[in-house]
Order: sequence, then C-alpha cells, then structure tokens
Amino acid sequence: MTAGAPVLEVTGLEAAYGRARVLFGVDLTVPEGGLLCVMGRNGVGKTTLLNAVTGVLPPTAGTVVFGGEDVTRTPTHQRVRRGMGYVPQGHETFPQLTVAENLQVTLEATAHRDKGAIEEALEVFPRLREFLGRRAGFLSGGQQQQLAIARALVTRPRLLILDEPTEGVQPSIVAEIEAAIERLHKEKGLAVLLVEQYLELALRLADGFVIIEGGRVARAGSAGDLQDEEVKRLLAV
Amino acid sequence: MEPLLNQLPIGLSIGAVLLLIALGLTFTFGQMGVINMAHGEFIMAGSYTAYMLQSRAGGEAVIVALPVAFAVAGALGWLLERLAVRHFYGRPLDTLLLTWGVSLVLQQAARDIFGAPNVQVVAPSWLTGRVTLLGGSLPYARLFIMGLAAACVVGVWAYLNRSRQGRRMRAVMQNRELAAVSGVATGRVDQLTFFIGSGLAGVAGVALTLIGPVGPSIGTYYIVDAFLVVVAGGLGQLRGAVIAAVALGMLNSFAEFWTDASLAKVIVFVVIVAFLQVRPQGLFVLRSRRLT
Repeated sequence: MTAGAPVLEVTGLEAAYGRARVLFGVDLTVPEGGLLCVMGRNGVGKTTLLNAVTGVLPPTAGTVVFGGEDVTRTPTHQRVRRGMGYVPQGHETFPQLTVAENLQVTLEATAHRDKGAIEEALEVFPRLREFLGRRAGFLSGGQQQQLAIARALVTRPRLLILDEPTEGVQPSIVAEIEAAIERLHKEKGLAVLLVEQYLELALRLADGFVIIEGGRVARAGSAGDLQDEEVKRLLAV
Repeated sequence: MEPLLNQLPIGLSIGAVLLLIALGLTFTFGQMGVINMAHGEFIMAGSYTAYMLQSRAGGEAVIVALPVAFAVAGALGWLLERLAVRHFYGRPLDTLLLTWGVSLVLQQAARDIFGAPNVQVVAPSWLTGRVTLLGGSLPYARLFIMGLAAACVVGVWAYLNRSRQGRRMRAVMQNRELAAVSGVATGRVDQLTFFIGSGLAGVAGVALTLIGPVGPSIGTYYIVDAFLVVVAGGLGQLRGAVIAAVALGMLNSFAEFWTDASLAKVIVFVVIVAFLQVRPQGLFVLRSRRLT
C-alpha cells in the first residue's frame, strides 16, 4: 500500500500531568494507509503521546489534525466517531460486560451503527466467536487484547492507534495479533499508529518510525533506518 | 410466637423502604462512586412534591406524584451534577463536603417554603386498612411500598441489563476512559445516571409520605441506613442491595422487638461493622481475572 496524504498530523504537541511536563513539541505524521511505529524506552512519553493525540489527556500546546480537520480541542468520543480508533495499553475491556456487549456498546456509540461492523471485527479475530457470551474480565490476557482491538475495529476507524498491543500476551496470540495488524494495514489499507517496544515486530510491520526520548522526537525515519546503530542505541535498555 | 411472627412483615416493609432509598444510591454512589449527602434531600423533594400535588388534587394524587417526584428530584440531581459535582470527580472528600453543604441549603429552602413543622400527606382511601401477612398484620400502605420497591428493582434491573442506555452506563462505570475511546459521550452518561439515581430518591420520598409525616429533614433519617445497604450489598450490586435491605429491615425489626428503638439501632450498626470487618467488599463484588 503506497502512502498517501496525511491522515494524522501532529505538530508541536506538548502534554503534562499537573506541573510535570512529559511531551515537548512532538511532531509526527501518519500518511493515509501508512503504518508509523512509535518507539522508545519505558517512561519516555509514548503512552502520553497517544493519550494526547486521542484527547484522553488534553494537550497543553500544539495541534492534532485528523483527516484534514483540527481536532486538538475535540472531545475523545467525537474523535472516535470521526474515525480515530484507539486501543489503550493493558488489554483494556469492560470486564463485567460480555464479549458481545463489549462490541455492542461500542457499535451503539458509533456514527454508522452498522451491525456488519461487529461481524467484520469477528472475522479479524474469529476465536472471539467462542466467547461471545462470556464476561470479558474472565478471558485470558491475549483474548482480552484481541477483544480490545476488535472493539476499536467496530468503530470502522480511518486510523487505528495501538499502544503496545503485544505486551503481556502469550506468543501464539502475539502472532495472531501481528498477522491481524499486517492484514488490516497491507490488505485493507488501514492507517496505523503503533507504539511498540519490540524492534523485530516494528521491522516487520512499520513503514516509518519515530523514537521518543525524554518527551521529544529523538529520531524519525523510514523502516529501513531501524537497523542503524544510532536507533539501536536509543532503544537499548 | 405470634408477636414474633408479626415482626416478619414489619421487617420486610422496613427493608422495602430502605431498598427504595438505596436504589437511587446504587446509581450515584454504587455506579459513579459519588458520596452524595444531598440524596436525602432529593427524598425530601419527592415527599414535598406528593404533599403539593395532594393539597391541590386530593388523596389519589399520590399515584400521579410518583412520576412527577421522579422528574422533580431527577432534575434537582441533574442540576447538582452539572453545576457542581462534575467539577469534583475523583475527589471524594470534596464531593462529600460539597453535597453535605447542598443538603443543608436544600433543607433550609424547604423550611422557608413549607415551614419548619411537619406536614401530613393523607394516603388514598384504597390504601387505608390492613392485611394479614406471614402471621402478622400490615397496613395496605406498607404493602404498597413493598410492591413499589419490587417494581423499581425490576425496572432498574431491566434498565441496566436490557437497555442501550443501561449498557452504556455500565460500560462508563466499569472503565470511563475506555468508554470515551469507544465513542461513548461519558459526560452525558454521568448526567443521566445522576438524573435516574436522584429520581429514584424522589420516588422513595413519595413512598415515605404514606407511612409518616413530611418534614425538611425526612431524608436524613434514612440516608445513613441507605448508605449501609449499598456498602453491605456490594457497591453497584443490585441483588446485593436487595438482600442487604431486607436483612437490615429484618434485623432492625427483631432487634426493636427484643430491645427498644435506640438499642436496635446500635445492634444494627454493630452487626454491619462486624460484617464489613469480615467482608469489606460487601455481599457481592465485581469479579474478573484482573480484580480477583
């Protein structure tokens, strides 16, 4: 899939928790149909960046332009309705709702409300069909992560934002999740903004990358540059 | 044996009153985690709504008062959420002080509008009389309250589990941020939750007019017991609230039978404190792999 016009443009983004500043003027662009990987060590501000992009944490400065529209001050739920799908870190679900209800409650909040979206999401993770009546809190970590991604897919996003989707997930399900992301990106042309710690996975999936260090973009480039010694040094623990 | 049996229906009816009041709290406190000390004053608003309607339309107005009181108390709750509580989410102590202050203001407003002395709402003619139940004698009014409580429980259960809005409400209460990133307008859900919780307090207020006089502090008599029901039942747990309300009602009734009203109160508190020492999460608890 060739990269097109930007679906997401982040310019000079700054964010803070109270007085503690975390992001300092971050710039990044995700082209239509592109997959940008955000990398960096623990605690450098990757999750904060995603929270600021999605509006979960209102930025203190900078702009977020999504689909050509400035959404910097737009509430999170409206960004989602406009096509910004977000899968937060930690396989988040509604634990007391069943798998079916998790998907249903998301569908009911979308602008399209097309029941076919649930079927499309289940086609990406067919294993979830077995558990439709089970409470999400009783699924394994990997199944919960699949549900979390399926939930975001129900919104029929133009941009899928994933925060460490393979963290704490058993290897067999990591492979399923990776394959699903690859299929969504390469076959369906879905733009993806992916936070990921594993260099190998980034190498397999990403078109481009940014490395965050101390709340700033320390390095940005195309997937081929990920093999550079400088990149490895920035990611070394 | 017969006097002892008499306590059963009395206990049930006390439990029904507590349950009606606690139902509203299962929304605002159980679901949203807001310690709303003004909940008792929403009960009062419901009671005075019944009083005002009856003074204009007669005894039968009590039935009409149920939906009207729901709307009046719900609107007050909605206003409280919009104007004040929403600015204090995540700050429980501040919310407690804020709503306590609001409760004092509302009580004083009631004194200014209706006067300090209690007023009486006369039960409709078809609610006067008694029925023999479980070996004891029970006024029709108390039986009506038990039926009303049962109907409200069914209604709340259906709302939470069978309606789109109820599903959305549960989602927000379980994971607010995730609900927002799922496209749910969480602020609107908060408003609706507060409206319904406060509205149910208004319904409870109408019910209370059938068993006693109405005064500015009618809600404060019951509010602590109602909080105990919600805590003992397990936060946000409907079936827990039902069991805890009936158990508290029974305990209160039998303790009063064997001792007196004051000592019965002490016994109820001691039993609940002991219960919460053993089971601090209440009768029922939200379980998941991550929470257990």
